[in-house]
Amino acid sequence: MPRLIATRAVLGVLTLLAVSAVIFICTQILPGDVASAVLGQQATPESLQVFRQELGLDKPAYIRYFSWLFGVLHGDFGVALTNQRTIIEELRPRFLNTLFLASYAAVLAVPLGVGLGILSALREGKLSDRVSNIVTLIAISVPEFFVGYILIILLAIDWPWFPSLATVFEGMGLGERLYVATLPALTLVLVVTAHMLRMTRSSVLSIMSTPYVEMAFLKGLTRTRVIARHALPNAAGPIISVVALDLAYLVVGVVVVENVFVYPGVGQYMVDAVAKRDVPVVQACGLVFAAVFVGLNTIADILSIIVNPRLRHPR
Amino acid sequence: MTLFGHRPPLFAKIGLAIVAINLLVAIFGPWLAPYDQSQSVGDTWAPSSAHMWLGADQIGRDMLTRLIYGARMTIGIAAATTALSFLIGITLGFTAAVVGKWVDVVLSRVIDIMLSIPQLIFALIILGVFGSSIPVLIITIAVLDSTRVFRLARALGVNLAVLEFVEAARLRGEGLWWVIRREILPNAAAPLISEFGLRFCFNFLFVAALSFLGIGVQPPYADWGGMVRDNAPAINFGLWAPLYPALAIATLTVGVNLLVDWLLSIDARPSGAQAEM
Repeated sequence: MPRLIATRAVLGVLTLLAVSAVIFICTQILPGDVASAVLGQQATPESLQVFRQELGLDKPAYIRYFSWLFGVLHGDFGVALTNQRTIIEELRPRFLNTLFLASYAAVLAVPLGVGLGILSALREGKLSDRVSNIVTLIAISVPEFFVGYILIILLAIDWPWFPSLATVFEGMGLGERLYVATLPALTLVLVVTAHMLRMTRSSVLSIMSTPYVEMAFLKGLTRTRVIARHALPNAAGPIISVVALDLAYLVVGVVVVENVFVYPGVGQYMVDAVAKRDVPVVQACGLVFAAVFVGLNTIADILSIIVNPRLRHPR
Repeated sequence: MTLFGHRPPLFAKIGLAIVAINLLVAIFGPWLAPYDQSQSVGDTWAPSSAHMWLGADQIGRDMLTRLIYGARMTIGIAAATTALSFLIGITLGFTAAVVGKWVDVVLSRVIDIMLSIPQLIFALIILGVFGSSIPVLIITIAVLDSTRVFRLARALGVNLAVLEFVEAARLRGEGLWWVIRREILPNAAAPLISEFGLRFCFNFLFVAALSFLGIGVQPPYADWGGMVRDNAPAINFGLWAPLYPALAIATLTVGVNLLVDWLLSIDARPSGAQAEM
């Protein structure tokens, strides 16, 4: 098993390396280059030349890639084109904000989604299961911003319990921070819980149709006992992947939700940079999101290797 | 009423009705809309009245008119994107499955790496580099989405490519393209059609999300995601303006999903394919 885990971890690192290369290549396929895109039509050849040297664009692409990667590994993402600030200084507090929002949502959504999913599988075909099927189908079909605005109308305007703008700043107390971020977190919770519920339900149900579960039923065990002792241990692997997939989905859903509630996170930073076509910032944010995504998937795979009873004893 | 030789249940009928109405509105929009899409006919966020059923938007244009024109733009882009994505995904997926060997390995690895970057983030990077315009939007989303289609098409193709009739066609000396078009495609059509519905939903939401973020369809074109964004400040006055386009988006995706759910239940698809979103 340790070997399997090590292989998976190495694979994760390799994936991350490949992803960084893809992100770098994406910013190189532009007709012309960043310099001409930034300076626009009015640029003289001389100013282009100077700007190119400033950005290091006169060096070959692979050298720029490695120097960029080397910088990133040391926490140096370069300088934003639009306001000349160092990216890492802007990125760090925003990243912590995003992490805070995502964890807030995850702490509520994971137990809720998995719990209700198992419950739904237990009560397959009953009225509550059918209702939850339709409700969750609707919840995963509607865009996040729709859920967000409905929540604003209900919980910030009609019943003004929570603020509609999630303004957080440094030095804010934890309690206040939690209060202010309630609506964005709730939006994420609703969307992610629905998705997690559906996937948990279907992975538990697919195990329920295996021969050993049928055998357990034929022995005369109760439905609860069959699920708790026979189905769930084997469903743990798939459920962990479901949770990881949804956490990864959370990381992306955060981009839209941050923009609905004007929450100062990486998502908002990235969207602003895209609108201004500030390529180094876009690169940095993209890499951060992709790294979290790849990291979560790798951790999930490693966890499902650990919980898999078949791999516990070396042969 | 029967469809594909089956009687659709109530939910599927609702889905079908929603999809049909949206398609009709998208096609015949300019003849249905009461005003011109850029004509200002009332005050900012004027309440709904007899001549403006849903009120006005942030600069006094008729909300209903904008919604009707927006249907054209949003549904049109999503449909074009999905069609292009299927063209790319199916071609590459079947080629990988039929040719096999290094073509399959190279394509699959490249797609694996692309799939390990979240789609929205990938799209943001590309739009950040190229700037946003409708062709860039369509091509970007189509290429990113085709990775999912590739996966399904390859999986279906691999199972079909080993069957006798494909073998026979190859031994007859038929070319790669002929084998794909005449032997593989017809046998993989059923699951691909329901996948088309799901991918359409996804791309539709994707376009709407990008426009909502301000980096999708650019003004002056009406599109649903952009309308939500433009009217968003109204929410603080308790006005419903941004909810109409958001509701339009939500209704159509729920409709397509209801329809696809039923289609999936009538043709048993390979398990697990539905789980991927």
